[in-house]
Amino acid sequence: MREITLSQAVNEALAEEMRRDPTTFIIGEDVAEAGTPFKILSGLVEEFGTSRVVDTPIAEPGFMGLAVGAAMTGTRPIVDLMFGDFIFLIMDQLCNQAAKTHYMSGGKMSAPLVLRTNLGATRRSAAQHSQSLHALVAHIPGLKVALPSSAYEAKGLLKTAIRDDNPVVIFEDKLMYQDKAPVPEEEFLIPFGEANIKRDGTDVTLIGTSSMVQVCEKAADLLAAEGISAEVIDPRTIVPLDEATLLASARKTSRVIVVDEGHQSFGVTAEIASRINEKAFYHLDAPALRMGAMDVPVPFSPALEDITVPTPEGVADTARKLMSGEMIDAA
Amino acid sequence: MSPAKQTNSEDYLRMYRQMVRIRTFEDNANQLYLSAKMPGLTHMYSGEEAVAVGICEALTVTDKITSTHRGHGHCVAKGADFKEMFCELLGKEEGYCRGKGGSMHIADQSNGNLGANAIVGGSMGIATGAAFTAKLLGTEDVTVCFFGDGATAQGLMYEVMNMAALWRLPVIYACENNGYSEYTRTDEIAAGSILARAEAFGIEAHQVDGQDVLAVNDLAQKLVARARTGDGPFFIELMTYRYHGHHVGDINRDYYRSRAEEKDWKENRDPIIRFRSWLVAEGIASDDALEAVNAEIRAEAADAVDYALNAKYPDVSEVDMHVFTDVRHALA
Repeated sequence: MREITLSQAVNEALAEEMRRDPTTFIIGEDVAEAGTPFKILSGLVEEFGTSRVVDTPIAEPGFMGLAVGAAMTGTRPIVDLMFGDFIFLIMDQLCNQAAKTHYMSGGKMSAPLVLRTNLGATRRSAAQHSQSLHALVAHIPGLKVALPSSAYEAKGLLKTAIRDDNPVVIFEDKLMYQDKAPVPEEEFLIPFGEANIKRDGTDVTLIGTSSMVQVCEKAADLLAAEGISAEVIDPRTIVPLDEATLLASARKTSRVIVVDEGHQSFGVTAEIASRINEKAFYHLDAPALRMGAMDVPVPFSPALEDITVPTPEGVADTARKLMSGEMIDAA
Repeated sequence: MSPAKQTNSEDYLRMYRQMVRIRTFEDNANQLYLSAKMPGLTHMYSGEEAVAVGICEALTVTDKITSTHRGHGHCVAKGADFKEMFCELLGKEEGYCRGKGGSMHIADQSNGNLGANAIVGGSMGIATGAAFTAKLLGTEDVTVCFFGDGATAQGLMYEVMNMAALWRLPVIYACENNGYSEYTRTDEIAAGSILARAEAFGIEAHQVDGQDVLAVNDLAQKLVARARTGDGPFFIELMTYRYHGHHVGDINRDYYRSRAEEKDWKENRDPIIRFRSWLVAEGIASDDALEAVNAEIRAEAADAVDYALNAKYPDVSEVDMHVFTDVRHALA
């Protein structure tokens, strides 16, 4: 199968869906001729024109609010938020307006929009361009949240998101835009709420999101060399969450580590670990553990930044301790 | 007020009727609050009727509006029914939003009302987006964004006016300047000129007497027609007055405005009294005929209130419905 970058996968998904549905349009800062700072959208304005690939002023709340109204009246906006950190700027329009439109109207109105943005530290971009803030929106009922872990997921999940009648937020890992993965030439979609078991294992389950899937896979390689069999699961969407697949794996291996790049406290790892502890308690040999980013603003210095996020070595080390029983008191 | 145009009798009577319907709706809503029959609280539109009616009478059914926390007037003016409105205010299943929105989120998409909004200024993006849809899909619909003077302090307004002006969107920003930003005089929160703020973006801006329904409607007719043919956006500042406090419980308000001021607006500038006198003076309707209209609307409102009081609440199983479009029960 051919391999393409995550950036190309996103571009293909957008082009295919925009050809398919004339009510779709892209809106955001520097999305047209510039194709965004990451050059993800290159070529789209040439095909679809400036009426459907819409450059905006630097006004995140404004274009997000505009997208909500456009979605409510018959179009499917695809909003490009240049950095995930800017989500704080659009919270009212996303969480008070878009997320609640369907519910507050008793099911009569909806806001079918996609918000594409990113997450991920270790790009030396410091505290306001490095955050992984998906837990914030996953907390709000009415928003779906997808976290692609490779070019394949990036394409399949985005196409599904664009066709979804609900507001969907997709966080792409900005360090993965140039990473290649096999992606079929023919059309495909990835349904929401279906986890992907990346690797079968029997001793410990590593649940990873976004780029943490790769971290878990590398940790599984390290553990395999020591005779520890790790299962690696990518939930792919955290809202909806494929709880059944995660619980089945927890019951099988009896040990679980949840790895996510958001801050550890009050985050995605806590939610997933808690559900496993509540619903698979009698099958566990130790409490399900959380491994998130350190609860500090992301520092600039590489010497500091690199230690704030989970690493394969760190995940493997935690898994070893989990296997030896050392982590039972740590929870 | 300007002289009557011979052919417009029906339009005039409909405007009168709609203004009285708003006032009557609000009087009943206030009574429901005072008698503790309504959950929560509400914000009265009384006194501002000529604004909503003058503008909405210039719109078609498919034209859109966005509304505010003080939104009952917009909802009625855009064509909503009393029964569904009172049911919504009381949290009943037959309400416009199945009781899930209430006074501050009442919406009636069948008449193009995209909804009230409990965030001051929160619907400015939505209105601009609705206008964007009209342009992208070529529907020729015009959107009116209602908001108060208090909302002019929100940054969102300037962001979306900038985009609307850049892209010539068919949207009319209608600022209902009732002189008070919640419990504070507007001149204490608004520097300079409100009109000048729109003009800074190159948006044609007008100020109009919001207590004169004919003046409001005349201006709205012209601007809506021009917006429909790509000449928008526009901005209107409508000088008006709210008879009640910020919300129904805001009774003791001497600290921010005087009783004498309220009395003056109610007795000398009331939009319904003024328009009624004009209709009689112009020979369009007799005082008796207009009194009969009032009585008919009072009866309609009383029936709707009775109906809503006796209507059933949504079943508790509805609590996790409508969270997502494609999931019947989100927590199942």
